[in-house]
Amino acid sequence: MQLALRLARRAGVFLVSLLGASLLIFLVTNALPGDVAQVLLGTDATPEALAELRAQLGLDQPLAVRYLQWLGGLIVGDFGSSHLNGQPVLGLLAPRLAVTLWLVLFGVLGSLLIAVPAGMVAALKRRSWPGFTISAAAQVGMAIPVFWGGIMLVLVFAVWLHWLPANGYVPLLRDPAQWASHLVLPALTLAGVQAAVLIRYVRSAFLEVLNEDYYRTARAIGWTPMRALLRHGMRNAAISLVTVLGLQVSSVLVGAIVVESVFTLPGLGTLLITAVGQRDLLVVQGTVMFLVLAVLLISALVDLSYLLIDPRQRTAGGAR
Amino acid sequence: MSLLDVRDLQVDFGRRHIPAVRGVNFSLDAGQRLGVIGESGSGKTVTALAVMGLLPENAHVAGSVVLDGQQIVGLAERGLARLRGNTVSMVFQEPMTALDPTMRVGRQVAEVLRLHQGAESGPARERVVAMLAEVGLSDADRIADAYPHQLSGGQRQRVVLAMALINSPSLVICDEPTTALDVTVQALVLAKLDEVLDASGAACLFISHDLAVVSQVCDQVLVMLDGRIVESGTVEKLFTAPEHPYTRGLVATARLDLTVPGQRLPTVDDFYAGGDHG
Amino acid sequence: MKRAQLLTGLVLVALVVLTAVVAVFWTPFDPIRVVPGQRLLGPGWPHVLGTDGFGIDIASRLMVGARTVLLVGIISVGLSAVVGVPLGLLAGQAGGWVDEVVMRLADIVYAFPALLLAILLASVFGASTLTAMAAIGVATIPAFARVARAGTLEVMASDFVLAARASGTSRWGIARRHVLPNIAPLIGVQASVGFAMAILAEAALSYLGLATPRPNPTWGNMLRDAQQFLFVAPLQALWPGLAIALAVLGFNLLGDGLRDYLDPRLREVP
Repeated sequence: MQLALRLARRAGVFLVSLLGASLLIFLVTNALPGDVAQVLLGTDATPEALAELRAQLGLDQPLAVRYLQWLGGLIVGDFGSSHLNGQPVLGLLAPRLAVTLWLVLFGVLGSLLIAVPAGMVAALKRRSWPGFTISAAAQVGMAIPVFWGGIMLVLVFAVWLHWLPANGYVPLLRDPAQWASHLVLPALTLAGVQAAVLIRYVRSAFLEVLNEDYYRTARAIGWTPMRALLRHGMRNAAISLVTVLGLQVSSVLVGAIVVESVFTLPGLGTLLITAVGQRDLLVVQGTVMFLVLAVLLISALVDLSYLLIDPRQRTAGGAR
Repeated sequence: MSLLDVRDLQVDFGRRHIPAVRGVNFSLDAGQRLGVIGESGSGKTVTALAVMGLLPENAHVAGSVVLDGQQIVGLAERGLARLRGNTVSMVFQEPMTALDPTMRVGRQVAEVLRLHQGAESGPARERVVAMLAEVGLSDADRIADAYPHQLSGGQRQRVVLAMALINSPSLVICDEPTTALDVTVQALVLAKLDEVLDASGAACLFISHDLAVVSQVCDQVLVMLDGRIVESGTVEKLFTAPEHPYTRGLVATARLDLTVPGQRLPTVDDFYAGGDHG
Repeated sequence: MKRAQLLTGLVLVALVVLTAVVAVFWTPFDPIRVVPGQRLLGPGWPHVLGTDGFGIDIASRLMVGARTVLLVGIISVGLSAVVGVPLGLLAGQAGGWVDEVVMRLADIVYAFPALLLAILLASVFGASTLTAMAAIGVATIPAFARVARAGTLEVMASDFVLAARASGTSRWGIARRHVLPNIAPLIGVQASVGFAMAILAEAALSYLGLATPRPNPTWGNMLRDAQQFLFVAPLQALWPGLAIALAVLGFNLLGDGLRDYLDPRLREVP
């Protein structure tokens, strides 16, 4: 019963946020002193041509009506279409989505693979040099802008060592080996920067575990410190880390957009930046809406993963 | 040869070497039960953790702790881990937090078996349920599948007790095992502890601030104050002829049934400045 | 250890501020004028860090970049503090549905990273320093609101506020006399950390061409230019990145150091 209530509440928060976000996006893109028609035709367009294009784009309708029309379109999966070439936004997104998804997936996995062991060691050896070194490295890593990190990796692995391509992308189905080699540097860039941020959280989550009585119990039955942490710390640390991961979703996505630019990967980020350059407002509007939807959806799902990790959350009324 | 032999144990903490235990000597024979009594900060828990080798990193240990013929002080983590849960086990004070909240308690008990005996999960399960029943948990089969938060404090403490006993260790260290429990549950758990210790023949180092509790389980008692042992002897002797003024105070506070109604209750301080309520 | 962190932070921040101030009055060379004969020189004299693809002195451009970064940082952090702190105070003091509404709004804005806001603004108004500042400022409002709200809740639960309420001090009076002074250190820490974030965001935006456009130098757009010459003049990509990393490190260390210095209770909290 309580569980259903929590699910319903989370779904409510998701819907309200989505509605608010769509309103915000719509208002910003319609805050232009002129309007889309003006932008498209330039300042020397005739009033007749402007009026015609406005009518064609539905810009002669009141703002509220246009918002509702746009929202209605979103609900049935119509994210609008480019007014440069008339292509639907969703059609533009689809082929690029895979690139961004691969990048985000490997970026997140990589950051966890780096940050979890590093954070564990940093917590366990906090009073000796491995702990200090990891904490200091994380501090420095957090200061490195993602695109510079990418450029430096290109410099080392592409320009100097010639091990990996500097940029570009090959679809998985065309040539898996090429696909992988083109994704290594971008994914590593994203993973490294995210890991630097995560290490601090992992470290403090495991520091908490070290102070828990059940950790001492695990030691008392004969686990060595590292194995006690692995066996009994992971799940418990994960409970507090899930919250952090939920908050990181948007920063991972932003990181991916920047990384795509560095390595000229044909993903959502490149689409967005190109659309901004061409002042293709509706494509920008649709793509941003899509990304925000993704952020909200993923954070909601991450929130719900509590239920899988923490048995106390599952039992009705049995919390704590 | 005694099971546990502690010689001139000294423990201090941190860079400033704040002393916690200053030269403690005692020994314990197989099957013997020794109570350690004292207020918080007297060094009794630190002594117990030194025997387990579980002191925090910033602790400095000197002296000798020989358990079952093996020197604990300075022993590497791997060697210590082999002893813990097998030769020596521990029951902690806080049953509410001593178990991993994300793991079914049956698995946590079975872990002790697997860790030291490499037991298979099938037979392990049977032994776990049997052990849970032995420490007085009715419906042990169902409890093995429960998460800690679904159990009461008394039930959890019995689970911890089962974890401590399932490998038939030679020594069980109990650190205030009943302090956090309700008085009624306390008596039940103590009686059960007494029973299972008898059955297994394990020795017991029983730490408490409460002389009345200690007297239910132990025959020999040490009294600790400020990191030193100030008095030792049988429970009987301590009750009838306490020597140290601190012990006299302890006895008086443990035997409140002897006070006259209307009279002010005795405190330990009364026994230092020549007060003679005893 | 902690002292060394704070000190390092202070030195780095002071270095950035000093460079920016000097750059207002003097740079070794013109940071904008193209000099065709001097393209892609390596480090040496008189061009200490060499010249870029347009023959412009890199050191001079870095100095002016520091100016831009500080300006964007001050304006955007100022904007988000001025909006976020009162909102957090209000939410923390009023509680109930006001709190709920403010925090939901914060959640919505939180789903918009500075980059997406900047993309929206740049596509409507054209990319400029101003759109970057606005995007970063608005995107970090929730962080300030959260910190202010958490601090307010703690102060409101304290005994001295209870005493003040009992003696009839108004809400506004409590906010001004008790809450604000007590949460000021938290806000200071958040400002320092927020500054670091603003520098990173500005750099990313100008790298993507979503902030200050050429020919005005920023560390981000310098890197964008340098990337084209990565095979020919790899060192060019080093300096602006190093400048960003050191500035961000400085503000982060300063924030962490302040946190420890002002409130030992907050230690070990990331």
